[in-house]
Amino acid sequence: MPADATLAAAPSLGTSAPIQLPSPIAESRGARIALIALAVAFLGFFLLLPLVAVFVEAFRKGVEAYFESFDDPDTLSAIWLTVVVAAIAVPLNVVFGLAASWAIAKFEFKGKSFLLSLIDLPFSVSPVVSGMCYVLLFGAQGVFGPWLAKHDLQIIFALPGLVLATIFVTFPFVARELIPLMQEQGTSEEEAALSLGAGGFRTFWSVTLPNVRWALLYGVLLCNARAMGEFGAVSVVSGHLRGLTNTIPLQVEILYNDYNFVAAFAVASVLAGLGLVTLAIKSGLEWRYGDQISSAHRH
Amino acid sequence: MPQFRTPSAIPGFGLTYGFVWLYLSIIILIPLGAVVLWASSLGPERLYAILTRSDTFAALRLSFSLSLLAAAVNAVFGLIVAWVLTRYSFPGKRLLDASVDLPFALPTAVAGIALTAIYAPNGWIGSLFAPGSLWASVFGPLKIAYTPLGIFVALVFIGLPFVVRTLQPVLIDLDKELEEASATLGARRPTTLFRVVFPTLFPALLTGFALAFARAVGEYGSVIFIAGNIPGVSEIAPLLIITRLEQFDYAGATAIATAMLALSFAILLLVNVTEAWSRKRLGHAR
Repeated sequence: MPADATLAAAPSLGTSAPIQLPSPIAESRGARIALIALAVAFLGFFLLLPLVAVFVEAFRKGVEAYFESFDDPDTLSAIWLTVVVAAIAVPLNVVFGLAASWAIAKFEFKGKSFLLSLIDLPFSVSPVVSGMCYVLLFGAQGVFGPWLAKHDLQIIFALPGLVLATIFVTFPFVARELIPLMQEQGTSEEEAALSLGAGGFRTFWSVTLPNVRWALLYGVLLCNARAMGEFGAVSVVSGHLRGLTNTIPLQVEILYNDYNFVAAFAVASVLAGLGLVTLAIKSGLEWRYGDQISSAHRH
Repeated sequence: MPQFRTPSAIPGFGLTYGFVWLYLSIIILIPLGAVVLWASSLGPERLYAILTRSDTFAALRLSFSLSLLAAAVNAVFGLIVAWVLTRYSFPGKRLLDASVDLPFALPTAVAGIALTAIYAPNGWIGSLFAPGSLWASVFGPLKIAYTPLGIFVALVFIGLPFVVRTLQPVLIDLDKELEEASATLGARRPTTLFRVVFPTLFPALLTGFALAFARAVGEYGSVIFIAGNIPGVSEIAPLLIITRLEQFDYAGATAIATAMLALSFAILLLVNVTEAWSRKRLGHAR
């Protein structure tokens, strides 16, 4: 019976139409269709509908109202602040990711798995708690609060706090893309370059870096998307000073709480667009360069 | 004396290793150390007094019960989605696969206001259950946004990818010979699925459940808009932390954060123990 079914399921080479027998190792046609419908409906209702809603709400009062939403100095300064924060946080995490992957993937040392779990730690801390850490350190009543006040330095409710909180929540993104890939690649190419007389930096620049370039792009992409979209952690350290310490997500919150829904969704649509572009490039990288990024993302 | 590191011809270990620890300490370890310091200075009696305050206790109970419930729903639907995406082929499959990552790609605040717009009484889905709807005339009106039900919807939204993305690689690697053996021994398909396939998936399903749960407990952005934030009813623990910080009540904020971390840790430990037990029972090497 199973043999017959396999034959029947194979594409027919002769002229007679194949007889469709139910395969004993697959679900019946009805069950398959029902499961696909269930999955499509669930993803449609829970995941796609919110995305559609962002754009529908943003254009509810027409294209003109949509673009007028950006004619607001507070919104523009929020966009600028977000770009500045990401421009500081992402490169720092890239340098860290490269250093961490070099140390961890190219060398054998004691306590490596402990170090790896420390690097992943920010993923398991609530964003609100991440922001809270810095308030406990640098806030008015924090550990360094009095010292900072005496020297007229401000970290919380200012740019440094926003940058620190953003670095915290995006900390593992680049490192965790590079480490597994560089571990797979081993050290033989670097050793060959060194034996041919290249220096350490030259070896890194012309051998290691080209080998991991797509994985690096993948990590930078995810890191940047999270850095620009982070809400919970920056919400704690921002102080919500309009036009001064509000990033785009915080500006969305303020507009929404002011019942300025069209503007809130218009600004949100910028972030949604950023998310969609990130998702598209990420999927493209997975399909096109699947063998050159970490095996966890291969399709 | 045992060596700290295996000798290697490659340079740059000292520099990169030192930088990693320096950066890690400044960004992660010292700030988290501050939380531990504050928490330990509270003392058990003060901690107990803070946590048993009615609003604090209600927020912790709400956050944990809804997170467990949402993770359970995600485990069921995540399994179906992962199964459909790995086993069947149908038009639009790649698009569906990519859309699973939407909760990762969409910033939480954006997801939060979008979900609120959909589930509010005048929203696309909310209006189907609002007074005057067909549902309301049969079962009575159902309010989704601004209630714990709304929080649950947001937590399902953000947790789904964790289950799907954990199960997918395991499903791809799953040995089809097991299913064939089961079929040749006379098992019908449902028997094969429930007695052969699902038990092998169970450890991965638990991992996905744990990840979705951990994310849900700490989630803030996608929840606060839809929650309504009524103290004692729909106020989540992370929001209470922010409220305490805004009142300069650092002790209160630290106590709630510590309780969240401890409870999450206990639940994740329980999940890990169950996972290890089921792997052992199934004779898995992995």
